[in-house]
Amino acid sequence: MTSGVARMRRSRREGVPLLALVVAAAGAAVFVLPLIGLLWRGFGSDVWEALTAPAVRTALWLSLVCSLSATGFAVVFGLPLAWVQARAQFPGRTLLRGITMLPIVLPPVVGGVALLLAFGRRGLLGQWLDEYLGLRLPFTTAGAVLAEAFVATPFFILTVEGALRSVDRRLEDAARTLGAGRWTVFRRVTIPLIRPSLQAGAVLCWARALGEFGATITFAGNFPGRTQTIPLAVYLALETNPEAGIVLSLILLGISLAVLVGLRQRWWSVL
Amino acid sequence: MSLEACVRVTLGALDLCVDLHVEAGNVVAVLGPNGAGKTTLLRVLAGLVRITDGHVVLDGQALEDTRNGIYVPPEERPIGVVFQEYLLFPHLTALDNVAFGLRCHGRSQREARQRAHEWLERVGLGDRAGARPAALSGGEAQRVALARALAIEPRVLLLDEPLSALDVSTRSDVRRRLRRHLEAFRGVRLLVTHDPVEAMALADRLVVLERGRVVQTGSPTQVAEQPRSSYVADLAGVNLLRGRATDDHVALSGGAVLAVPGAGTGEIFAVIHPRAVALHRSPPEGTPRNVWRGQIAGLDLEGARVRVRVAGTIPIVAEVTRAELADLHLDQGSEVWVHVKATEIAVYAA
Repeated sequence: MTSGVARMRRSRREGVPLLALVVAAAGAAVFVLPLIGLLWRGFGSDVWEALTAPAVRTALWLSLVCSLSATGFAVVFGLPLAWVQARAQFPGRTLLRGITMLPIVLPPVVGGVALLLAFGRRGLLGQWLDEYLGLRLPFTTAGAVLAEAFVATPFFILTVEGALRSVDRRLEDAARTLGAGRWTVFRRVTIPLIRPSLQAGAVLCWARALGEFGATITFAGNFPGRTQTIPLAVYLALETNPEAGIVLSLILLGISLAVLVGLRQRWWSVL
Repeated sequence: MSLEACVRVTLGALDLCVDLHVEAGNVVAVLGPNGAGKTTLLRVLAGLVRITDGHVVLDGQALEDTRNGIYVPPEERPIGVVFQEYLLFPHLTALDNVAFGLRCHGRSQREARQRAHEWLERVGLGDRAGARPAALSGGEAQRVALARALAIEPRVLLLDEPLSALDVSTRSDVRRRLRRHLEAFRGVRLLVTHDPVEAMALADRLVVLERGRVVQTGSPTQVAEQPRSSYVADLAGVNLLRGRATDDHVALSGGAVLAVPGAGTGEIFAVIHPRAVALHRSPPEGTPRNVWRGQIAGLDLEGARVRVRVAGTIPIVAEVTRAELADLHLDQGSEVWVHVKATEIAVYAA
């Protein structure tokens, strides 16, 4: 009896069941085929001329500006937010954490609608901004940045907050006994200790901002040179100029692969 | 120079209530088991834990006083701390770790580095200045931590379990160096440890802490000879003899010689547990080694056990049961033969 069980276990480990193999292969095909399709069309035809087209270059440049600005927003506002969420004790902290994490799971279109209701011309804060400061965010480049930041900043906060929680607080205590005030401790001990997470969080955030579509098109619209970033341009180009759409897609793919390779140690060590 | 603390802190399950007075002339060791509140006491003195009630006063100047709301934050206290596991900044070199405090105290980068280098030289690590903490051995890390704490020229030096992170082979060497630096330091010196040998080797005054309360204070000899509770007796009530070892013999400072196989060479501590000390009315037969005559100097009852202090060529404390004591007809002033098996003597390099 015992030996029979042992034999069964051994045979199970020896081979992968055919059914699992077939289903897994079908699943893999879903991921692999689109990649092959993109590469095949991308390199198979004479599409590289499309890169020099002014419209494409404008979209590229705008995407770069917007995504970097959104990352800047994430660092400036996300770092203090992450610190408050990791360190401060106050009522409603869990609620705040939930709200700042929400955009990770929220459909981006919904984020765009919500942004309109807050910062739109008739929005909660938007009408005030318009009336007193003459500041209009929707359908402007600043609006595109805000939409991207809304969707991407949570990735930065999530990474940095985790790092802040895992910092050995006793190192900060040691720094204080050596005469460092709280700001010096933060600057010279805490920040260097979480530097790898800061970098990873910023890259993650930037990659998410670069690919942002739903919130941007809803809140900022699709105006070439103003709010039309690469993902928006890809979508539009597929109707009129598929070649350009494919080239832009290839560029985004290349960036995604670079991010994946750049952060591989961080992610694969978690697995 | 003196540090005075009368503090009360409640932290989770710990209720710490300690009245402590440390003079600059002494090295004081707070001795106690894990969870007794030793580290919390140290963090209180450094200002890292706020007290619920009481005061901490250094040279007549209040660092914290709950009566009038005085609280000096850690960065403004003239207190250097060597933490357990040393807590060197992993992203800085040994040199920059030592220079850190100097920079915080307003020295220029150049001056801080130069002074830090001098401190590293002083602890014998001038050639390890560029090493990251991860590349340092335990003993080296401890010396860098010590240099880092001393570089800010504090008036108080606190050490939390300064040797427990080290393996046994390097411990005695590091302990010897540490004692030298403690002797050279002019201010208030306080260390906490759970290791009685460490406490006795480094300090000349012990404060025994148990469940947040001081249960006994005194010189190591006093505490060892007359522990005031069975807990202290178990923890610190050992016979600690100082001597010089040569191969299988230890010449004690009093002139007597003990046989201890494999004692090594050099200055050592010999530790003998009172329960390993046998008492006899007449010379024991067959074992000629480690037997000497003495006179009973005192009897301390401790439940069913009795601690017998024996004066003689080697003053020692024995622990026997009341029944054994009755069988031996021993009393104050009685003549006894003391016998300690060589294998019961533990030897530590001093």
